[in-house]
Amino acid sequence: MLKTIAVAMLISAAGLMNAYAQDGGKVTVVTSFSKDVTDPLKAGFEAANPGFTLDVQNKSTSSGVKYLDEIKANNQVDLFWASAPDAFDSLKGKNLLAKFTPAVTGLPDRVGSYNVNDPDGFYFGFAASGYGIMWNERYLEANGLAKPAEWSDLKKPEYFDHIAIAAPSRSGTTHLTIETILQGEGWDKGWGTLKAMGGNLQQVTERSFGVPDAVNSGQTGIGVVIDFFAFSAQATGFPVGFAYPSVTTVVPANVAIVANAPNRKGAEAFINYLLSEPGQTVLLEPSIRRLPINPALYAKAPEGFPNPFKDARFQSMVSFDADVSKKRTDVVDTLYDQLITFQLDNLKAATRAIHDTEIALAAGENAQARTLLDEARGMIAAMPISAEQAASAEIGDAFTGGDQKAARQAQLEQQWAAFATEKYAAAKAKAEEALALTQ
Amino acid sequence: MTYALSSPSQRVSSRPGQTAAVLVIALFLGVFLIVPAGTVIYAAFTEKGTGTFTFVNFFDFFGTDLFVRSFWNSVYVSGMSVIWATVLALPLAVLTTRFEFRGAIVIQTLGFVPLIMPPFVGAVAMQLLFGRNGTVNLLLNDWCGFKLPFMDGPNGVIFVQSLHYFPFILINLSTSLRNIDRAMEEAAQNLGASGFRLFRRIVFPLAMPGYLAGASLVFVKVFDDLATPLLLNVKDMLAPQAYLRVTSVGLTDPMGYVISVILIAVSIFAMWVSAITMRGKDYSTVQRGGGGLSRRQLGTGESVVAYGVVMLILLLVLSPHIGLLLLSLATVWSFSPLPDAFTVAHYGRVFGESSLYIKNTLIYASLAGLIDVVVGGAIAYLVLRTRIVGRRWLDWAATSALAIPGVVLGIGYLRTFYGVTLPDGTPLATLWVMVVLALAIRRLPYALRACYAALQQISESLEEAAENLGATKLRTVRRIVLPLMMGGLLAGFVTSFSTAAVELSATLMLIQSNSDAPIAYGLYVFMQSPAGRGPGAALGVIAVVMVALCTLLSHYLIERRQKANGMAK
Repeated sequence: MLKTIAVAMLISAAGLMNAYAQDGGKVTVVTSFSKDVTDPLKAGFEAANPGFTLDVQNKSTSSGVKYLDEIKANNQVDLFWASAPDAFDSLKGKNLLAKFTPAVTGLPDRVGSYNVNDPDGFYFGFAASGYGIMWNERYLEANGLAKPAEWSDLKKPEYFDHIAIAAPSRSGTTHLTIETILQGEGWDKGWGTLKAMGGNLQQVTERSFGVPDAVNSGQTGIGVVIDFFAFSAQATGFPVGFAYPSVTTVVPANVAIVANAPNRKGAEAFINYLLSEPGQTVLLEPSIRRLPINPALYAKAPEGFPNPFKDARFQSMVSFDADVSKKRTDVVDTLYDQLITFQLDNLKAATRAIHDTEIALAAGENAQARTLLDEARGMIAAMPISAEQAASAEIGDAFTGGDQKAARQAQLEQQWAAFATEKYAAAKAKAEEALALTQ
Repeated sequence: MTYALSSPSQRVSSRPGQTAAVLVIALFLGVFLIVPAGTVIYAAFTEKGTGTFTFVNFFDFFGTDLFVRSFWNSVYVSGMSVIWATVLALPLAVLTTRFEFRGAIVIQTLGFVPLIMPPFVGAVAMQLLFGRNGTVNLLLNDWCGFKLPFMDGPNGVIFVQSLHYFPFILINLSTSLRNIDRAMEEAAQNLGASGFRLFRRIVFPLAMPGYLAGASLVFVKVFDDLATPLLLNVKDMLAPQAYLRVTSVGLTDPMGYVISVILIAVSIFAMWVSAITMRGKDYSTVQRGGGGLSRRQLGTGESVVAYGVVMLILLLVLSPHIGLLLLSLATVWSFSPLPDAFTVAHYGRVFGESSLYIKNTLIYASLAGLIDVVVGGAIAYLVLRTRIVGRRWLDWAATSALAIPGVVLGIGYLRTFYGVTLPDGTPLATLWVMVVLALAIRRLPYALRACYAALQQISESLEEAAENLGATKLRTVRRIVLPLMMGGLLAGFVTSFSTAAVELSATLMLIQSNSDAPIAYGLYVFMQSPAGRGPGAALGVIAVVMVALCTLLSHYLIERRQKANGMAK
């Protein structure tokens, strides 16, 4: 045993020696993108910039943000590269990103309703992705379900228990979609839609990739996903389909230089490559399938490839107000978790009762039952706080720890959860009462 | 925790060597566990925003329905998992140790494989087999028109957890059974006991230290595990709640750390309860090296039943790995009982990189396992054989590692060691040695429990005899205690090694470059895209086979050495 320990110590000493031999042109990037995305771009970058090597460190987006925060005193990372704009915003807020002006010019400022780049020049969109509905063909066939086309389809009784979504508190891109619905439909109506869809959910996953994974393997039939998950699954051969609803959002995926980057030159070279035409062309590869940010490239895209700069469905979205979104980010995420994610069983029970009554009413209308059913729907849609309250300092500070808070975050969560439990139970009772009237 | 032995001959006072050992271990645990975890978990005791010290977060914990519900769910799931894990482990342990059973060593190795469940792919494989539209349910639906919710809700968690963690009981119980003095059994037989009565009254009680070591580990591990509930989308349990709150972007929510503190408290409490159960009982036996219990021949009928039971259990507990193998060979597997077609292309894709991953994994996991056995053995000895002050604190501290989420430890390591730089400016935290230390700390409780059980079964009179014959304390430990504990040490090493080989959560924070990455990280990188599922599963299969082979080899080596020793004497 002693011998082994001695050997181990020798090995660690050798490890120390290795650390000294550093390559001059190493560009270190922390990314949440999978190997399928990073490998082709790494190869392209190294070919276009001889002498540089790209060292890819994979971390989930949230680990990546925490990681950069912890190592800031002696930063060894050059670039941060991920989807969710909110992660970049959080890094920017902590002064962990560096300003830069890319050499590539002539790229558009907006895609869909979002800014492509950070207005202050801290991070840059290099690709766009649209949200839509993905389904498993075999699953739909086996369950006799039609392909959903619109968000409102997902509220229908036949899709009960067949849908998956990532929690907005866990997926920055889902958060943007939720926020877009809230801004597009208004606070109360928007939450009504979200909760009606929520009642049909089979699962709320804690990672963005959990949704396409569940649809690919057929554990769930329908998923609310970002487009490239579906495109790359199709390219791999999975029996899945995808559709953009007529109203959808398209969000940029980003890259940024980390503050005090050890290899600033290399970092700049990588961003310039990523935004250049050769770099953007790589995005069209079947295993990546992200929408390039350079509109000229869509001429090279395969037949049927969506074009966020031309297609009407990406333009029809109300313009997105980033300030409104930023003020209430934590509140919206926590509301979603407390009203839907952690209340899923209660919400589903109430929704099921409503669906049953609706089906019974379709067979024979009953005015009194209809009134009760509408009341039940109203109870589910009811919100513990208004849009004004959500943006107020009293509530916002409970999440950031500011000094204007009226209650602690845990107290608010408990209040909202209790509100939801009570309303959902009452809605279920009302719907059951209505059902009894129809019989 | 009082591990008082009934034997009146407690050691009198501490010696310089023991004091030094306590100090060294305390330093090790302090620097690599308590300080790093403390820097993160301290947030539980601060007010958000101001950072002032407060207990208000703990009031909030008990005032929140979600947390209270999560707490009781976790207790229920952990308790039930212990019961089901026992049901799986008991027949395997008894049949392979009490009877002449061909292939016992293979069964012991296979029965241990479930612990090696690579992250992500293991989950996907389980869903493809037992999920609501997995193989079993699709076939059931076709043939019988109904489905069984194996993987839904808390019961799903119990199902998966008992398959996953029953080896803790199997390993520790088997080791204990082997160490029982044959004379005890013979005495009972002479007094007329036989069959089930003999087992219930004599054999099982004597194997209690091993069973309790395993069962308490299963309880605590299930209580603290976040991967399985998250995979099954069960969020109202404590560990997932802590994880979800600790890893959210942007938010600094003290509740995540409050839950971590509660997890640590419950883990230590469970260990304390298992120690209380053992109080005042003496499990040690004097005779060693005779091969433990006599092995009975099975009759033909009994053989058929026994092999049938063993095969059934193995099939059940190995099904995730069968699923993993299928997944690694599948082209597309979606909503069908079996994959559409088979291919070996995924192995080709991972072949080039896997050798580096394998090398790193072997180095990290074996070093971590060694550290664990050395530290765990030392703590067990100090607690059970000395009365030195602070020995139980070592035990508690080491045990608390079970309850600290990997991501918390990872952040703690960055926070503690990133500021410390080597002469050339490289931060200490970027060295791969830190990964080894993090793995060692995370797996220390496994080795510790195994060492405990092993030492509890050794009679102190053997050591006293050696000392009476003039042997020094150190010599006694080296020549008497260590050889007798060998089985337990091996069990500890194997559990630490194999679980460290597939650990991801702390590693993900600490890995600084691809050339330092272990196989679990490689898997993670693949498993983020649909096209990476097959290659990821292939890496997973490679990991499982590699760890299983190492386990088999170490079993074999120890067995041979013990035989050789026995003959020399």
